[in-house]
Amino acid sequence: MKALTFAQRNRKEILRDPMTLLFGMVLPVLMLWLFSMMSENMPFDLFTLEKLAPAIIVFSFSFITLFTGMLIGRDKSSSFLMRIFASPMAATDYLIGYALPLLPVAFIQMSACYGAALLLGMPFTYDAIPAFGLLVIISFLYIAFGLFFGTFFTDRQVGAIFAIFVNVTTWFSGTWFGLEMIGGTFETVAYLLPFAHAVDAVRAAFAGNYSEVFITMLWVIAYTVVIFGVAVWGFRKRMRG
Amino acid sequence: MEIKIMELTKTFKDRVAVDQLTLAIGQGEFFALLGENGAGKTTTIKMLSCLMEPTSGDAIMLGDSIVENPQAVKKKLNISPQETAVARNLSVQENLEFIARIYGSTKQDAEQKAIRLMEMFGLAERAKSKGRNLSGGMERRLSIAMAMISEPEIIFLDEPTVGLDVRARLDLWQILLNLKGQITIILTTHYLEEVEALADRIGIMHKGRLQALGTLEELKHQTGQIKLQDVFLQLTAEGEST
Repeated sequence: MKALTFAQRNRKEILRDPMTLLFGMVLPVLMLWLFSMMSENMPFDLFTLEKLAPAIIVFSFSFITLFTGMLIGRDKSSSFLMRIFASPMAATDYLIGYALPLLPVAFIQMSACYGAALLLGMPFTYDAIPAFGLLVIISFLYIAFGLFFGTFFTDRQVGAIFAIFVNVTTWFSGTWFGLEMIGGTFETVAYLLPFAHAVDAVRAAFAGNYSEVFITMLWVIAYTVVIFGVAVWGFRKRMRG
Repeated sequence: MEIKIMELTKTFKDRVAVDQLTLAIGQGEFFALLGENGAGKTTTIKMLSCLMEPTSGDAIMLGDSIVENPQAVKKKLNISPQETAVARNLSVQENLEFIARIYGSTKQDAEQKAIRLMEMFGLAERAKSKGRNLSGGMERRLSIAMAMISEPEIIFLDEPTVGLDVRARLDLWQILLNLKGQITIILTTHYLEEVEALADRIGIMHKGRLQALGTLEELKHQTGQIKLQDVFLQLTAEGEST
């Protein structure tokens, strides 16, 4: 109950910030539109909507990391976290309270990007339904990164770190180009990180190639568990002063 | 005695922040904790409000130990931190209701408490204003109202009037004077005139140790000084601290 009250507060804090709408919803849709226009003049099929839309939905989740990290960072710097740490809430209440409000945000992002892709001409398939389920799981990876950054860094630092993070997530995910085009160490490093696996899994799910989903999702889930674990450890440590 | 602090100590690596603090604070008392920056005031408050585990020692808050049973202690106290700690995108009323609810109030109960507190703290006209749009004075009032809404038996006020203009400070003093006797208030501040106006007893900390304890008159008598400022300077002077 306390966790839900806290989640409600966090939801209001995030959704009442106009930056959430701008970066979380408008920017990914805008990029989807721009790249789909570019695809019309491309000699190969990199920017087809079927490949682009799933990748841009995953890209839009980067902003979930920003929203979570900034919220926790601001709560620390304004001593709001100190105020609620003094309350009888338990550590799990805080973590649920910070993570839960991001799920509807992720769902809105998915719907906005997918809806825009349909309007731009991507055909509807029923594979989108399990793909949405997969995206919810992937959104936890980005929530975990947000909890991690917010726990260990200040709000100002989170802003700077996010600039690097968003570049890493896009360049190393194969969102804008196929990783096999570059190959070598770049591709190896990309597949040691979870972002390319997340994009591959969602592309496969949207295409109905479910056999390709399992292994890639194992990478994503393993990273999610580890990052969440470290964030929870850090958060509990902070609670004990 | 309501609060009994026994040899409370906090060390950070090789630095002793609070050194064997022993002190008792009575029920309904307005107690001021004074000290220079780094004297150990905030660390003491953090330990008493269960935000930080002591290295050694203990404090019994209304019968419960901060070491043995911090969750029970947390239900009885609340805190108004040095920074106002207000949720910036929530309205005044939402901020108050949020705190009431995490301390266990029902939705209806939280709403009624929020309305009562807004009246008490002169915030009713700004009920719908977002935290980020409040003036410094209003934000401070809201911060203290948020600490009061859980109906704590002990409240910690960490520099509650810092950054306020004279009128806002005097308004806040009046609110604090109205609370006097109803709950135990532990105040830290650098404004000595605030201590003179509000506190029943004063504890002066220096380098983590409690240097002096008593009423204003007792401290003046003890040091032979007339003004609190001189009392403070004498008790925290280097070379005379032991």
